[in-house]
Amino acid sequence: MEKFKIENLDLYYGNFQALKNINLNLEANKITAFIGPSGCGKSTLLKSLNRMNDLVEGCSITGNVLLDGEDIYGDMDVNHLRKRVGMVFQKANPFPMSIYDNIAFGPRTHGVRGKARLNEIVEKSLRDAAIWDEVKDRLKKSALGLSGGQQQRLCIARALAVDPEVILLDEPTSALDPISTSKIEDLLLSLKNNYTIIIVTHNMQQAGRVSDKTAFFLLGEVVEFDDTLKIFNNPSERRTEDYITGRFG
Amino acid sequence: MKQRVLELVFRILFLIAALASILAVILICIFLFANGFPPMAEIGVFDFLFGMDWSPVDVPPSFGIFPMIVGSLYVTAGAIIIGVPIGILTAVFMAKFCPKRLYRPLKPAVELLAGIPSIVYGFFGMVVLVPLVRELFDSKGASILTASILLGIMILPTIIGVSESAIRAVPNSYYEGALALGASHERSVFFVMLPAAKSGIMAGIVLGIGRAIGETMAVMMVAGNQARMPDSILEGVRTLTANIVMEMGYAADLHREALIATAVVLFVFILIINLCFSLLKRRMK
Ligand SMILES: Nc1ncnc2c1ncn2[C@@H]1O[C@H](COP(=O)(O)OP(=O)(O)OP(=O)(O)O)[C@@H](O)[C@H]1O
Ligand SMILES: [Mg+2]
Repeated sequence: MEKFKIENLDLYYGNFQALKNINLNLEANKITAFIGPSGCGKSTLLKSLNRMNDLVEGCSITGNVLLDGEDIYGDMDVNHLRKRVGMVFQKANPFPMSIYDNIAFGPRTHGVRGKARLNEIVEKSLRDAAIWDEVKDRLKKSALGLSGGQQQRLCIARALAVDPEVILLDEPTSALDPISTSKIEDLLLSLKNNYTIIIVTHNMQQAGRVSDKTAFFLLGEVVEFDDTLKIFNNPSERRTEDYITGRFG
Repeated sequence: MKQRVLELVFRILFLIAALASILAVILICIFLFANGFPPMAEIGVFDFLFGMDWSPVDVPPSFGIFPMIVGSLYVTAGAIIIGVPIGILTAVFMAKFCPKRLYRPLKPAVELLAGIPSIVYGFFGMVVLVPLVRELFDSKGASILTASILLGIMILPTIIGVSESAIRAVPNSYYEGALALGASHERSVFFVMLPAAKSGIMAGIVLGIGRAIGETMAVMMVAGNQARMPDSILEGVRTLTANIVMEMGYAADLHREALIATAVVLFVFILIINLCFSLLKRRMK
């Protein structure tokens, strides 16, 4: 079952074409990894999936991005789209408020009222993000007091709290130590049964460990998109092989 | 060699410049406290601060400045009630909602507001606000309300300027984080950006309070200046600053000294406000 269907997508920043004729089907309940050298358009494509590119002045898009068959650049309400397609950023960005309020912000935004209901959501999200035990005694304390790895898991919990269908992660572990990184990788694997996950990473091992599908990007194009095992063991394209074996970029 | 000497000369120059402002503060403190405390002691600290009656030329005279303390607090509070909401909303608008085409004239207009001399504000108050309040509320016109409105306008540029830069200093990643959760632009600004800028905005408010409580000329022109306790905001009051300016010209002996003591009280208020400001600034980091 495909969650996202990207058809003939071109994206321009002003006159610069950052994405060239992208065609991808991203499957539900799978983890898809985007890999490729710096500047090849991974983040750009990721941000087109929840329309964060709308914030960039001079960014224009042609082609279609369909979420469950519905064009996200059509009539869809952008705030509702972003509720369905959550995002975790490269640099953890907890709000300067309590841990509890960080998680509750999303549900409150979407009309959840009532203390009991919010408590429940906060606990469940933090548990799902494997950080509950570390923060349960300090929910009212500022989220900025957490370590980098904890902050990133908090951001994942915050994204889960609005009950999204898709989670986009842009190099979520690039600033973290190996232990925090492996915690987040385990977390992603445990989440994939309930969510569609798309992750950008520069870490080949990470892509190999967590993803089911991998897309290799080069200069704004998708060179190859296939099962991760195939991409890493027996790629069809010479350029993919060069990149993966480190002879490139 | 020549370089070294030059460097030394400049260093000394900088030091002198820095010392000059410190020296000025110290001298003002010494002057105020040395001249202000003896009359306070002579009148009696309690009678001076909490006395209800200010009749400096009666026999025997009475030097109670409580009505003026209350007057200063009332008009300052009024200015805050009027100026702070307008100021913060304007700052939010300028930082997050204003189209560029509108921002270009708006920003200098606000800055100009800061540069207008207070006597001009006073005239504006006398000619526009006083008759307006007189008409609307069927009262004397020169009143706490009028002074509050005028001061509220006068502190706007301070509050807008400081709040706007505080809001702009909030990292954009907070804004993006909120949007990515499906929050609207408005919700992201008011529930994430604004709370994040809270300390900076508070600092702006405190600066505004300082400006309001120290303002003299404009307030004097619209506040009525009766040295007694007001019963309503439509009555006139006299502020600490107005009290000093109005009587300094002819006061002598203890009367004159009592006015200096009034300045001490004002100075203590300003010290407290500055202390709050520094505390807030420290918390901002
Ligand atoms: N806001 C923008 N305005 C103009 N050009 C941009 C903007 N954002 C990205 N680009 C350009 O688009 C191209 C793709 O950028 P993108 O951020 O998607 O790369 P990336 O694959 O995520 O790289 P990295 O691995 O370094 O994060 C780059 O050439 C970049 O310079
Ligand atoms: Mg990127």
